[in-house]
Amino acid sequence: MKLVTAIVKPFKLDDVKNALELIGIAGLTVSEVQGFGRQRGHTEVYRGAEYQVDFVPKVRIEVVVGEIDAARVVDAIVEAASTGQIGDGKVWVTTIDEIVRVRTGERGADAL
Amino acid sequence: MVNTGDTAWILTSAALVLLMTPGLALFYGGMVRAKSVLNMMMMSFGALALIGVLWVLYGYSIAFGNDVGGGLLGNPTEFLGLNGLMEDLTSEAGGLPTMAFVGFQAVFAIITVALISGAIADRAKFGAWMVFAGVWATVVYFPIAHWVFDFDADGHIGGWIANDLLAIDFAGGTAVHINAGAAALALALVLGRRRGFGREAMRPHNLPLVMLGAGLLWFGWFGFNAGSALAANNSAAVVWVNTLVATCAAILGWLATEKLRDGHATSLGAASGAVAGLVAITPSCSSVSPVGAIIVGLLAGAVCALAVGLKYKLGYDDSLDVVGVHLVGGLWGTIAVGFLATAEAPAGVDGLFYGGGVDQLWRQVVGALVVMVVSFGATWIIGTVIQRTMGFRLTEEDEVTGIDNVVHAESGYDFTSLGSGGSTAPLAGQARAEARNTEGVRA
Repeated sequence: MKLVTAIVKPFKLDDVKNALELIGIAGLTVSEVQGFGRQRGHTEVYRGAEYQVDFVPKVRIEVVVGEIDAARVVDAIVEAASTGQIGDGKVWVTTIDEIVRVRTGERGADAL
Repeated sequence: MVNTGDTAWILTSAALVLLMTPGLALFYGGMVRAKSVLNMMMMSFGALALIGVLWVLYGYSIAFGNDVGGGLLGNPTEFLGLNGLMEDLTSEAGGLPTMAFVGFQAVFAIITVALISGAIADRAKFGAWMVFAGVWATVVYFPIAHWVFDFDADGHIGGWIANDLLAIDFAGGTAVHINAGAAALALALVLGRRRGFGREAMRPHNLPLVMLGAGLLWFGWFGFNAGSALAANNSAAVVWVNTLVATCAAILGWLATEKLRDGHATSLGAASGAVAGLVAITPSCSSVSPVGAIIVGLLAGAVCALAVGLKYKLGYDDSLDVVGVHLVGGLWGTIAVGFLATAEAPAGVDGLFYGGGVDQLWRQVVGALVVMVVSFGATWIIGTVIQRTMGFRLTEEDEVTGIDNVVHAESGYDFTSLGSGGSTAPLAGQARAEARNTEGVRA
């Protein structure tokens, strides 16, 4: 099993969610996060004083899928989240040792 | 016999001016970081509570008692506890009950003290602030209010700026704004810079609060200025319009300056411009024409927008720009009378640009500078004595943790629906004593 984690621009969240639904993904987790990459931050001005704001708001999407689906999920996210501009985000895949559905106690692929 | 129209207007104006202090609390509170919003607002509310009591006990008497010599001080015992002022003392010709005037002037004393707090955001012990507020009002504000606002009358001798110097300060450019601004500079220097000043981002945490506060200040300021006519008459109406238009022009002046310098017109700039315009028109609202008021406002907005940058160049941490807005705006508005006064306005004096020569101008400059120097010097001494004895400034750890938490044992906001993991049940006995030792109530 794989955990696909994506950091994307907040305004692309709906597009990514729709794309994942289209390929049949049953669930995902979303959190609002902030950080920086090559895009860096932006400046704000208060009474003439400039402030460098380093952390940019992003959305983190997490999807747990079986081995074979991981590549399709990554492709769907990348396609949906891309604008071609700097700051589009990252997607990465990690291996999961175990997964349990809390309600039934099912484990492994059955819990997905 | 009481003039009912005048009395109704002055009592209303007094309530308007009272609202300025909670308005100021919002204006200042939104500008600090979230961890010190409550302390910022409490400095205004604390001043409100304390100065109101002192005013009744002896403040009114120092400001408006019969002069004890040189126009410097009213007799502090004449109206001790507002003694003898409950009767109707108005003449047959009709007038304002003394108590209406007492109430109207009380709220001026309150806001002047509250204004100073913007210079020492995030870092002043609340107890020390309250001691400072009481001492400062007693030895600085009450006497200066006597100089500026106490006019001679039958059997009564008032203050030197109002009666001897004859500087025009209609509603308090010197007594309120230059006074508070100079005190703010002195106190910012005594307390020193906040940890991280000039390095860390100290962004305003809630600009909507700032704009709401500026709106309430503007609303209340109509009482401050038009109420200072002390009558519901033509003079009050002229002042009202001047107060409106100067403030509008000042917003435009500040925003234009920002747009040219930084490329953006900001909401903080609009709120600050409004206050700068209100400050500048305060002394001059009775002596300039409405077009003159536009000039006063435009320049106030532009000059103050530039002046707020001085603290970074000179290295003093006047946290919320009391100096850049109130001292600079107050100086400009007071001195502007010398240039832009027109005899057609209620004050009936011509300034330099209206053929009046420099006669009024030098009076304005002397009044402004004397108040500035006296206030700065006296505040420096009071602040230093408090710092050396009871301590004025928080410890570094407390300042970084956040003054709301440490000093008031509260936090301004709880945005998480999960709560903070604490129990809401009231603590009892031993548990409460332990909690008190670990959190809060340290100052």
